Amino acid sequence: MALNTQTNLFEPGKRYFRAFSPGDDFYEALIDTHRDLSDEQSAMVNARLILLLANHIGDISVLREAMQIAREGV
Amino acid sequence: MLSTFQYPKFEYIRPPEIAEGRDGHYPVIIVGAGPVGLTTAIDLAQQGQKVLLVDNDDTVSLGSRGVCYAKRALEVLDRLGCGEEMVAKGVSWNVGRTFFREEEVFSFNLCPEPDHHRPGMINLQQYYLEDYLVKRARQLPNLEMRFKHNVIGVTQGEHVATLRVETPDGACTLTTDWLVVADGARSPIRTMLGLDIEGKIFMDRFLIADVVMKAEYPTERWFWFDPPFHPNQSVLLHRQADNVWRIDFQLGWGADPETEKKPENVIPRIKAMLGDNREFELEWVSVYTFQCRRMNSFNHGRVLFVGDAAHQVSPFGARGANSGIQDADNLAWKLKLVMDGKAPATLLDTYTDERGFAADENIMNSTRSTDFITPKSAVSKTFRNAVLGLAEHYPFARALVNSGRLSVPSFFTDSCLNTPDADTFSGDMVPGAPMDDAPVVASSGGSEWLLGHLGDCFQVLHYVEDADALPPATAQALAALADAPIPVETLVVANRGAAPGGLKTLLDTHARIKARYDLEPGTTYLARPDQHVAARWRNFDAAAIRAAVARATCNA
Ligand SMILES: Cc1cc2nc3c(=O)[nH]c(=O)nc-3n(C[C@H](O)[C@H](O)[C@H](O)COP(=O)(O)OP(=O)(O)OC[C@H]3O[C@@H](n4cnc5c(N)ncnc54)[C@H](O)[C@@H]3O)c2cc1C
Repeated sequence: MALNTQTNLFEPGKRYFRAFSPGDDFYEALIDTHRDLSDEQSAMVNARLILLLANHIGDISVLREAMQIAREGV
Repeated sequence: MLSTFQYPKFEYIRPPEIAEGRDGHYPVIIVGAGPVGLTTAIDLAQQGQKVLLVDNDDTVSLGSRGVCYAKRALEVLDRLGCGEEMVAKGVSWNVGRTFFREEEVFSFNLCPEPDHHRPGMINLQQYYLEDYLVKRARQLPNLEMRFKHNVIGVTQGEHVATLRVETPDGACTLTTDWLVVADGARSPIRTMLGLDIEGKIFMDRFLIADVVMKAEYPTERWFWFDPPFHPNQSVLLHRQADNVWRIDFQLGWGADPETEKKPENVIPRIKAMLGDNREFELEWVSVYTFQCRRMNSFNHGRVLFVGDAAHQVSPFGARGANSGIQDADNLAWKLKLVMDGKAPATLLDTYTDERGFAADENIMNSTRSTDFITPKSAVSKTFRNAVLGLAEHYPFARALVNSGRLSVPSFFTDSCLNTPDADTFSGDMVPGAPMDDAPVVASSGGSEWLLGHLGDCFQVLHYVEDADALPPATAQALAALADAPIPVETLVVANRGAAPGGLKTLLDTHARIKARYDLEPGTTYLARPDQHVAARWRNFDAAAIRAAVARATCNA
């Protein structure tokens, strides 16, 4: 399986009438996860989040592709 | 500063209450002749209601306020007889482009589908909107407008509200069965009644400049994050009518509004942005801080709040006047039914339910945009820049770029006025949906658009392939729906033919109604007076329609 870089966010059971809604729902939740944290705490939350999501994805070839893109141009 | 617009001066007329030294009583008084008060007044008057509209000023909105009027607001204005003027004078657009530093990272199209009458958005200075609304209001003999009438006190009893009104000739007392409050964001009347509004201020400042210049930029919305000419902040550019351009510069919370407003500070910012020696003149400059807040309830006994008085949003998304116009659209038919004794006052609670839901959606969307544009923490800014950096190459990130989610109508899917579907349908025209437009040819002539035939009363859309073949019994039963205390008008939608018994027939010439409403022969929709779906069925059933009308008017 290749890394999916198309829009792919949704919440089961939720009906969307606007294309921007699922992405905005996610982004708000992401920023909320960091509310009231210090920069150091935020960095730790991000690290834990990546580890959890990586395990969920499972396929290491997909993860390698994502890691490569993430590093490019930074 | 330069002016491309002549501000009208509306005449003050001494009110009869002062001339005759007495109090006055009116069935409905609207306070505030901004876009929302005017829209509400016109809608009620168009339905035959006698209306008094008072405002403490004698001209239209000064300077740089509303610019963008969305498709749905234009459709409401079409129903009220001033959409055409708006679109003719305004600048229509559908495409928005977002830049990060020097690169374009994202673009959107507000109306990617063909065959809609109105564009996704027009840009037009707010004073034109108000000017056109006042002109339209003057055509309605049962709508009286009084300028230079300042409301200084309001109390309410069980059956009337009482207003103390100050005029250049002294003060007088007016009573009214229903008071519609459209007195804007600061809402003095909200304060007079001791009612609260809750929300938050965004810790940022924006320089808003209206600039007159000749420029050939395409008529698109351009938004920059961190551009070289205004580093670390955002900039927004919009074209308005008369070669006036709106430019918003994000300044940050630390900026001093008085200093930033000075032409000697504004002009270099604009020069840096234009990047050439193009000539321009400043028409208007102001510095704003924005807030998002709403009243808990928009209806309080005899008093109804609409527009900015009821709710306020940051302008990224142009959801202010656009949502206020939809408040008027939602309230006017409900209030008229209640005033006529055809619906209980509880119908007005559904105004708060539906428009409160819309206000929450507007506040949520404009808060999300503001949080993206002005990240509140280092990590939030890192995520924002990561999204912008990925957006150029990766579609998923483009969808996350949020430079403003522009005003679109809400779907009232949870409204108690809806009759839930018993049959299966696909598509978006669910009960509670704002109805989609489509091209038509009408047997009666008139508008070439579906929405041009919808509104102002309950209506049934009944689809058959060949209107000539509509069984006479069905035609009679459809026609009979008009003979009720709350009449229902029939529109037969067909591919060809003309319905018997003089029923109005709309030919679905581009098969867009069929597609957008998932029509099959026999499919029947019940539309509310504000062009929202109330109910739908796969077959025509007069009793079901009557029950759905009762439900949509709190008469069930
Ligand atoms: C910079 C900026 C950009 C914006 N851009 C957009 C946009 O692109 N699209 C959009 O839809 N919206 C936009 N808005 C928001 C829009 O301007 C408001 O939402 C809109 O004006 C609200 O209309 P209203 O009728 O509720 O109130 P107002 O326009 O504020 O009208 C209130 C009226 O009540 C009168 N009044 C007040 N008190 C009294 C009293 N005591 N007695 C009698 N009369 C009284 C006032 O004189 C005024 O005429 C923008 C706002 C700003 C500041």
